[in-house]
Amino acid sequence: MSAIANAPAHDHHDDHGHHHKETFITKYIFSQDHKMIAKQYLITGLIMGIIGIAMSILFRIQLAWPEQSFWIFEALLGKWAPDGVMTPSIYLALVTIHGTIMVFFVLTAGLSGTFSNLLIPLQIGARDMASGFLNMVSYWLFFLSSVIMISSLFVEAGPASAGWTIYPPLSALPQAIGGSGMGMTLWLVSMAIFIASSLLGSLNYIVTVINLRTEGMSMTRLPLTIWAFFVTAIIGVVSFPVLLSAALLLIMDRSFGTSFFLSDIFIQGEVLSHQGGSPVLFEHLFWFLGHPEVYIVILPALGITSEIIATNSRKPIFGYRAMVASILAIAFLSTIVWGHHMFVSGMNPFLGSVFTFTTLLIAIPSAVKAFNYITTLWKGNLQMNPAMLFSIGLVSTFITGGLTGIILGDSTLDINVHDTYFVVAHFHLVMGISALYGLFAGVYHWFPKMFGRMLNKNLGYVHFWVTAVGAYGIFFPMHFIGIAGLPRRYYTNTEFPYFDDYADVNVIITVAAIITAAVQLVFLYNFFASIFYGKKAVQNPWRSNTLEWTTPVEHIHGNWPGAIPSVYRWAYDYSKTNEDGEYVIKGQDFVPQTVPLQDKEEELNH
Amino acid sequence: MTVFLVIIVLALLAVTGWQISKIFDLSKRPDADTSQIANDKDNRLNGILMLAFVIFLYVITIYCFWEYGRFYLPEAASEHGSEYDTLMFVSIAIIMVVQVITQGLLHFFAYKYKGEKTKKALFYADNDKLEFIWTIIPVITLAGLIIYGLFTWSDIMNVNTEEDPMIVEVYAYQFAWRARYAGEDNTLGKANVRFIEGVNQLGVDESDSYGKDDKIVTELHLPVNKPVLFKFRSQDVLHSAYFPFFRAQMNVVPGMITQFGFTPTITSEEMRQSEYMVEKVKSVNEERNERNEVLQAQGEPTLDPYEFEYFLLCNKICGQAHYNMQMKIVVESEEDFNAWLEEQPTFGSVMADQSQDADRPEDSSGSEDPASEEDAEGEDNTNNQSQESDAVAVVENNN
Repeated sequence: MSAIANAPAHDHHDDHGHHHKETFITKYIFSQDHKMIAKQYLITGLIMGIIGIAMSILFRIQLAWPEQSFWIFEALLGKWAPDGVMTPSIYLALVTIHGTIMVFFVLTAGLSGTFSNLLIPLQIGARDMASGFLNMVSYWLFFLSSVIMISSLFVEAGPASAGWTIYPPLSALPQAIGGSGMGMTLWLVSMAIFIASSLLGSLNYIVTVINLRTEGMSMTRLPLTIWAFFVTAIIGVVSFPVLLSAALLLIMDRSFGTSFFLSDIFIQGEVLSHQGGSPVLFEHLFWFLGHPEVYIVILPALGITSEIIATNSRKPIFGYRAMVASILAIAFLSTIVWGHHMFVSGMNPFLGSVFTFTTLLIAIPSAVKAFNYITTLWKGNLQMNPAMLFSIGLVSTFITGGLTGIILGDSTLDINVHDTYFVVAHFHLVMGISALYGLFAGVYHWFPKMFGRMLNKNLGYVHFWVTAVGAYGIFFPMHFIGIAGLPRRYYTNTEFPYFDDYADVNVIITVAAIITAAVQLVFLYNFFASIFYGKKAVQNPWRSNTLEWTTPVEHIHGNWPGAIPSVYRWAYDYSKTNEDGEYVIKGQDFVPQTVPLQDKEEELNH
Repeated sequence: MTVFLVIIVLALLAVTGWQISKIFDLSKRPDADTSQIANDKDNRLNGILMLAFVIFLYVITIYCFWEYGRFYLPEAASEHGSEYDTLMFVSIAIIMVVQVITQGLLHFFAYKYKGEKTKKALFYADNDKLEFIWTIIPVITLAGLIIYGLFTWSDIMNVNTEEDPMIVEVYAYQFAWRARYAGEDNTLGKANVRFIEGVNQLGVDESDSYGKDDKIVTELHLPVNKPVLFKFRSQDVLHSAYFPFFRAQMNVVPGMITQFGFTPTITSEEMRQSEYMVEKVKSVNEERNERNEVLQAQGEPTLDPYEFEYFLLCNKICGQAHYNMQMKIVVESEEDFNAWLEEQPTFGSVMADQSQDADRPEDSSGSEDPASEEDAEGEDNTNNQSQESDAVAVVENNN
């Protein structure tokens, strides 16, 4: 991170003659360099993650020891916790904002924003994004939306509390719940800005991948990371505008008296004038984004782990084409399965049948991916770097969480587990924990590229193993109380004596959650300490094939000091041997993409 | 017994910590490898931990099934419920087989193929036959599950109207439930929130003659072995009517009427007597007694012993007191049910009673149809006593 002179961001030519001095502001704040923007996304995402996870700890404490007094509530929640006892309204607010922050701000922007920005130009051999300026705007809109979302925590009547799915009429009527006043308005404004940010980012990623690939980098030679980011961006462009329309219509219902989602409502002693709208319409619009959103979250994580597992197994990823086909199939199917969130919404049961069918179809490409990961490990030479551990952990949680999706995706079985803790356990494992593992794997793997230093591996091992045990400790028992009929989003279960003997399970879950959250501090320490004091990285620490490791450790604008390298092969020639059993390059078990075909080397079509 | 799991977790953590500290010690040697890249020692340690991890996974799986498997709801108390449970058990069996095999392979491979300096990985980029096999196996399995599931789904959701099910409206508002029985004609009177006024809390249209014999109650009674078709209506926000013991659920949507039908098959009394429930109530009461000891020590009122009743709960976030939006359900023999229903006042009689009450400050009886008043009286004048108290209860509940 030394102060190397930078060229303007829109300069994608090979000649870098006209360097000029950068000020602190243009280098670190309003930077148009994709590497700096990636770091901005990462750090903003991590801060949002700290807030989101802290919230979950607060409401987990309430669930384990309901309506008891804790000084931490009094300290953090103030008037929302008189005498240190959490109130029901702030409980719902915490649940809502935890969901919103984790799904959108951490796992969408923090994960995909960070690694798409960092890796797309570096791995396809481009000097920067197609539009550095739009990229900068995208980050700052994200930052603005984060600030607005956080500021909504401080409004008088409380932040949005209608659940992260903000179903109207609850989210539309301040009479129904306090958080649906100013808090909800800020939520909607923040999300509208977030969507604008996401669209700018996604369009940029798509254009960059299509147009700025270096010579020889055909689509079938792209690393799977890029395929995942590229397809994720397409899903985002297709589905985020639908959420924007839902948000806009909700804003109109709330503020301008329209009736898109509201009809026949009597609340607090008076009949509202709204007539003819339908909350079910909102559910359709919401889940038209909401479901693809979970793939927007998980696909980049799967892309990252594909790359990391191949590199650290010293083996090509098994079934490259099948992996790409699976990503495309998942992307397509993800847009036609949203109805499985609505089996019991009052939607026509026949539609439920159709959505069951499409939903169980999407299990097939997901299964193919899981099997391919396992086969990639088979007969590998596994280098157990922390990034590799998190990648294996991801495959594990992706399988565990994905399998329970077969139950939830079945309209019949969904009837009795809908909106119970079974759902909570399912989606936290399959998209929450898995995507977080993807994020961690990415950070451990590309930290040397981002900051020019290495993360401490031993702290990484502690981080991984405690997290891995803790995450299962939280979410595995949760399936069982869910399938026993315990509804989610209940402030306390004590009103139902029937649920009394689940109390111990809730305590175990909360203890596991606290331990798991605490060990993230090890990661944070490692992360921030290593930025400044970590061991200096070598150029290609993981002996990887992809292009980003051909750039110098010191960041320069335009990425490569000389000409952009050309590409001669795919990204997965690990441990490739000639017929005589010797590595293609003697004594080196990897062949970077920039190395032309060698003598005696057999060309393979993947 | 729950301590057991905690002990396992702590033990594994301790082992991890111990191993890690060992690494720290070893890495302090002057010639230590400080590259922060995994070396053979890290590979071996983490490979072994991978194996330990999958064992941990199996142990908590077995523990959870053993210890928490009993939490699974009792035998379904509805006709379609047993089909539901069978499908659920088949699905769980399939996914557990897949889970055990794939997690085993994943972690075993991670252990078996842990890296060594001298080892060579196998360049193995694709194999169409393998890919085909693991595409086709999920296809077949899932096709089976889809077909099985969809048959059950259409059985459950397509209400057989030829059986002439009893029509019951379940009405939701922040934060309680009401039920409206359709009466002799088995047809619910029209209703809309715009008719809500005074004791007419469900907004039943007084001009609709079908509504006269409707009966509005605060707990749901159902005759055993008779099909019921529920019509759901909400007054304010989304709710979800969740009947866990009957494997039934439907969202309650303001502005539209949703429906779900089932046939209860086990009476409340039979359920209370069942082995499962005796055991369950015992364990709940043990839990409550433990809490009572604490409460007693603090000088606070203690909890009542628990006795099982079916309940309906709200399962869609609906506001602050969402967590306590419930209604008692009683399943009983048809005679008991009829006797109970007989005692409930009709809507017509409640309204007539209200308009007779001249002391009301804000009088809306001007709109009352005198004919309907008579009608109602004729039908129900035996129940004047109970309707009075019920109307009061209804008004109180409104707050």
